[in-house]
Amino acid sequence: MMDADPAKPTQAFGIDTAGRAPRLAVAAAGVILLVLVLLPAFAGRNLIQDMIFLFYMLALAQCWNLLAGYAGLMSVGQQAFVGLGGYLLFALTLLGGINPLLAIPIAGLVSALFAFPSALIVFRLRGAYFAIGTWVVAEVYRLVFAQFKALGGGTGASLAPSVTSSVPGIEWVKTLFDVRTPAARDIISYWLALALIAGTLAFVYLVLRSRRGLALGTLRDHEGAAASLGVDIYRIKLAVYVASAGMTGMVGALIYLQKARISPDSAFSVLDWTAYVIFITVIGGIGTMEGPVVGAIIFYLMQRYLADFGAAYLILLGTLGILVMLFAPRGLWGLISERYDLTLFPTRRRLVILTRDSDRGKVTAK
Amino acid sequence: MTGWLDALIQGVLLGGLYALFAAGLSLIFGVMRLVNLAHGDLIVLAAFAILLAASKLGLDPFVAVLVALPVMFVIGLALQYVLLNRTLGRDLLPPLLVTFGLSIIIQNGLLQIFSADSQRLRSGAIETASIALGGGIAVGVVPLLTLLSAIAVIVFLNLLFYHTPLGRAFRATSDDLEVAQLMGIDVSRIFAIAMGLAFIVITIAALYLGLRANFDPTIGPARLLYAFEAVIIGGLGSFWGTLAGGIVLGMAQTIGARIDPEWQILSGHLAFLTVLVLKPRGLFPRALD
Repeated sequence: MMDADPAKPTQAFGIDTAGRAPRLAVAAAGVILLVLVLLPAFAGRNLIQDMIFLFYMLALAQCWNLLAGYAGLMSVGQQAFVGLGGYLLFALTLLGGINPLLAIPIAGLVSALFAFPSALIVFRLRGAYFAIGTWVVAEVYRLVFAQFKALGGGTGASLAPSVTSSVPGIEWVKTLFDVRTPAARDIISYWLALALIAGTLAFVYLVLRSRRGLALGTLRDHEGAAASLGVDIYRIKLAVYVASAGMTGMVGALIYLQKARISPDSAFSVLDWTAYVIFITVIGGIGTMEGPVVGAIIFYLMQRYLADFGAAYLILLGTLGILVMLFAPRGLWGLISERYDLTLFPTRRRLVILTRDSDRGKVTAK
Repeated sequence: MTGWLDALIQGVLLGGLYALFAAGLSLIFGVMRLVNLAHGDLIVLAAFAILLAASKLGLDPFVAVLVALPVMFVIGLALQYVLLNRTLGRDLLPPLLVTFGLSIIIQNGLLQIFSADSQRLRSGAIETASIALGGGIAVGVVPLLTLLSAIAVIVFLNLLFYHTPLGRAFRATSDDLEVAQLMGIDVSRIFAIAMGLAFIVITIAALYLGLRANFDPTIGPARLLYAFEAVIIGGLGSFWGTLAGGIVLGMAQTIGARIDPEWQILSGHLAFLTVLVLKPRGLFPRALD
């Protein structure tokens, strides 16, 4: 005879991801998004430009965080895809005559395609060697584009005004806000950047909350344990590498649409597109979605008020990064969330003990 | 034909410089599994230290390097004790980020003190002296000295690693950190000495860097990449492999430059990537990591 009543666990368990605070955060996020969309109506051109900068640095930081914070891929070569995206935008619009708005997603797609052969090579290296390997690949891209005479070779190229003004909606923005063409261009770029950052955040959030996100989380916490639980490490790392290359490429295309001037040294700059991004992520808090947001805001404030100090500012930034890494390895967001148990993007799964309330037949979290 | 032979010979000599860059990196990685992203900037820092000693004391660079060596050794010891020992552990991010931060601090610190001007170590006639090999090929004395110094450094490191108690401690910590500690090895002291030694190699490399070409505060990262490529091409864990890796890289660069001067650096990188694809563990692998 089978035991009719197998040993029942005395307690029931459940998985909880979203608490009450996050629901509030969703409402707040909606309000913030609305305010940001309407910002050009009452903000000056300087603020709009600053916000564009903040958005694309944040988007790059989210991509790097996904790579390094979750997949353990410490890339020091993401400038490869920023530069690639930028150059693709220039090639598509200047040489191909494609509308810049369409060129941005194409640039992202092609960057993702380029990530496959790059991954084939750099994935042979592990850990810190992977880091330098990605840097070499980025240097190869830089040197190859410096040979590309159609886009100005080593000196670079500028986007013709006819291209930058061909973004759809410029006329509409001009009449709506009563501004001149350059300001209208900035407003369109601002909305594009806003759409991109909202899309990036939504993408990263959804990925982290999905099954793959769970696998990524285990990968972050312990690679060996993740593998033993059946996570296909190579495949998931490759997927993250390619996806973040595609997103980084789109951000790169947008950055250089806004700058309207490109050169190999600036487009493939390790300082601008990787060092800053790493500091943003680490100072804010690596391995969380909130960290890069906090880091990007701090970086923006430092850039705005201290960048005039040039070399001294960079020394300060480097020192701050080292100090955070040594004394608060989970970053500023780590300090905040530890103290107040706060989550804005609930991607963490918590095990909760459920109590059976037999009278009402409901199960509630204790 | 002479042109190609010349490119090959010059490539071997250039490889000596890259082997010197790489030997320090290889030493640190071998002992403590630390990949130092500030390695190139430290070479530039050492070059400025030699320059400062040469100009302030009115010394020839070959004498000034003797002043710079002990100073750099102590800086290396202190850096490891105070900063880098804290970053070593299972997690890869701290050493990577701390040395990356260090790289930016050194670059900008040098920029602040010495400006962005190109500098050079001046040593009189030896800079341009050369030995004719016949057939229209000549080798410069400084490049030849560079290669000989690289070989000397590697012979010295091999003797140190395989024939001294200190070398035994180095190999023990490299093989198994925990067991080495159980056997009474003071790991943070061993690591600090290894870093001090690496700084000596770095300073020797800096002497030849400054004698051969102009340098400025921003050229560090490129030297890091060459050093890294030489280590990987040669195979981890073998000093002779590092020399071979440096020479392969040097030859790839000079042959590339012979085809088109703009292709020098690119062809070095491509040679590295090719080796990585065909022999991911390098040409002469020894370590398993």
